[in-house]
Amino acid sequence: MGTPICIVGVAESDSGSLPDRTAWQLHHQAARAALADAGLKKDDVDGLFSCGDDWTHALQLAEYLGLQPTYVDSTQLGGASWECFVGHAVAALQAGMCNVALLVYGSTSRSDGQRRRAGDAAPPPRGPAQYEAPYGLTLIGKYALAARRHMHDYGTTSRQLAAVAVAAHRWAQQNPKAFRYGKPLSLEDALKTRMIADPLRQADCCLRTDGGGAVILTTAERARDLRQKPIRVLGAAHAVSHLHLSQWADMPDFTAAQSGRRALQQAGISARDVDVLEVYDAFTIMVLLTLEALGFCGRGESGAFAETGALAPGGRLPTNTDGGGLACNHPGMRGLFLLIEATHQLRGACGNRQVPNARVALCNGTGGYLSSCGTVVLGA
Amino acid sequence: MNRSAALAAHLPVIDGESAPFWAGTRARKLLIRHCNACKRNHFYPRHACPHCWSDNCEWRAASGKGRVYSYTVIHHNDALPFREMLPYIVALVELEEGVRLTSNIVECTPEIVHVGMPVEVIYEHVTDDITLPQFRPRT
Repeated sequence: MGTPICIVGVAESDSGSLPDRTAWQLHHQAARAALADAGLKKDDVDGLFSCGDDWTHALQLAEYLGLQPTYVDSTQLGGASWECFVGHAVAALQAGMCNVALLVYGSTSRSDGQRRRAGDAAPPPRGPAQYEAPYGLTLIGKYALAARRHMHDYGTTSRQLAAVAVAAHRWAQQNPKAFRYGKPLSLEDALKTRMIADPLRQADCCLRTDGGGAVILTTAERARDLRQKPIRVLGAAHAVSHLHLSQWADMPDFTAAQSGRRALQQAGISARDVDVLEVYDAFTIMVLLTLEALGFCGRGESGAFAETGALAPGGRLPTNTDGGGLACNHPGMRGLFLLIEATHQLRGACGNRQVPNARVALCNGTGGYLSSCGTVVLGA
Repeated sequence: MNRSAALAAHLPVIDGESAPFWAGTRARKLLIRHCNACKRNHFYPRHACPHCWSDNCEWRAASGKGRVYSYTVIHHNDALPFREMLPYIVALVELEEGVRLTSNIVECTPEIVHVGMPVEVIYEHVTDDITLPQFRPRT
């Protein structure tokens, strides 16, 4: 074990619908705010951790921000990248490869989608994609395949899936920054939303927003002089299983089991010790699979667990306390926002939605098509 | 636009690893890869075995019979030709040889398809280069 590493600054950029902004602007806004939150300056940043759609992402970003970082990581594992970055940043900081790590993200995915014409041609499928592309398997359809199999194996119901979205909306009603603030969702209404890819309805699918965020990490020693109460990284691990759904060896064996076990081991705790859970919820089924893989539920028990209201405010396992991707924000890749909300909770700074006595938070980012997971355990 | 023309944008760019597979479907054969070192099958086809990394692999004709491992009924897709096929079924089919592939289930309504349903391959001629394997219920 090396020197302890802490989250010392977090911030979100503006979010929602931002048709006049660029993604780079949102990166900058979030990074500046996170540094101010920490009490650090631009010139303190020597480690840059970010990814996007393009191989030149880190180069474009460093140039735009006027940074000349001496340590860069642009690993792209989809939405799990940000939890993966925490592990990489911890290693780099402990090894002295950098002193202040900036994890930053920005996206205008909502506005980009509205600018794009419906049915714009995708590039012709090459390599492994050629065996899947001719069949019209949509992104949501991929998650629907996982949901259908879970229903078949364990009797999971549409109602249980909807309960995940209802819990997220209940949290969002406590968060004025949430996209669905002021727009509660009942179970009955969730089940009436239109079918997108059976068994997933609109209410099972995340929002599409614009937005960005940033997280600053440094050593515990450096953190002593900074503005905020440092939040310790107690464990961080990631794992990858497949890209195409046809290559997923056994659907319920979700790779969060591997990343979660290792992150919890590093932290020296078990799932029972977690006070606040922040999990990537691009689709309701992701939450159920994650609960089981991380050991919060037995195999096949997550649907019934969600249906009891366990995830909602006042429930046994406060989950996605900002409203999550289903009801707060979802700008393309959401992994970074899990870390931000967990930090707010562990600082005790969440106002109406504060989980009482939150000491330990677990964040589980998921990327690709249930392909990659990164788990981070944080402690107050 | 007819289906074949609209599907063109979604059709494979045939490469060195995939050419024998698409030659196979043109001849109404469903070819998968078999590893002579570890004796396991795999699909999609790679030059070397993803299980043991041996490159002592060969093409074998699959039975074309399998079962639905999971499926979804797509109700929303803006892209042609899929937009005009809604609702349609996409499934993971597990072949008798143990490998899974993505396909449509055709000649089948959404009410009938289910996990575990026996299916068999049929071949859809799309272009001179590409014949797509599709699956239909098997009685």
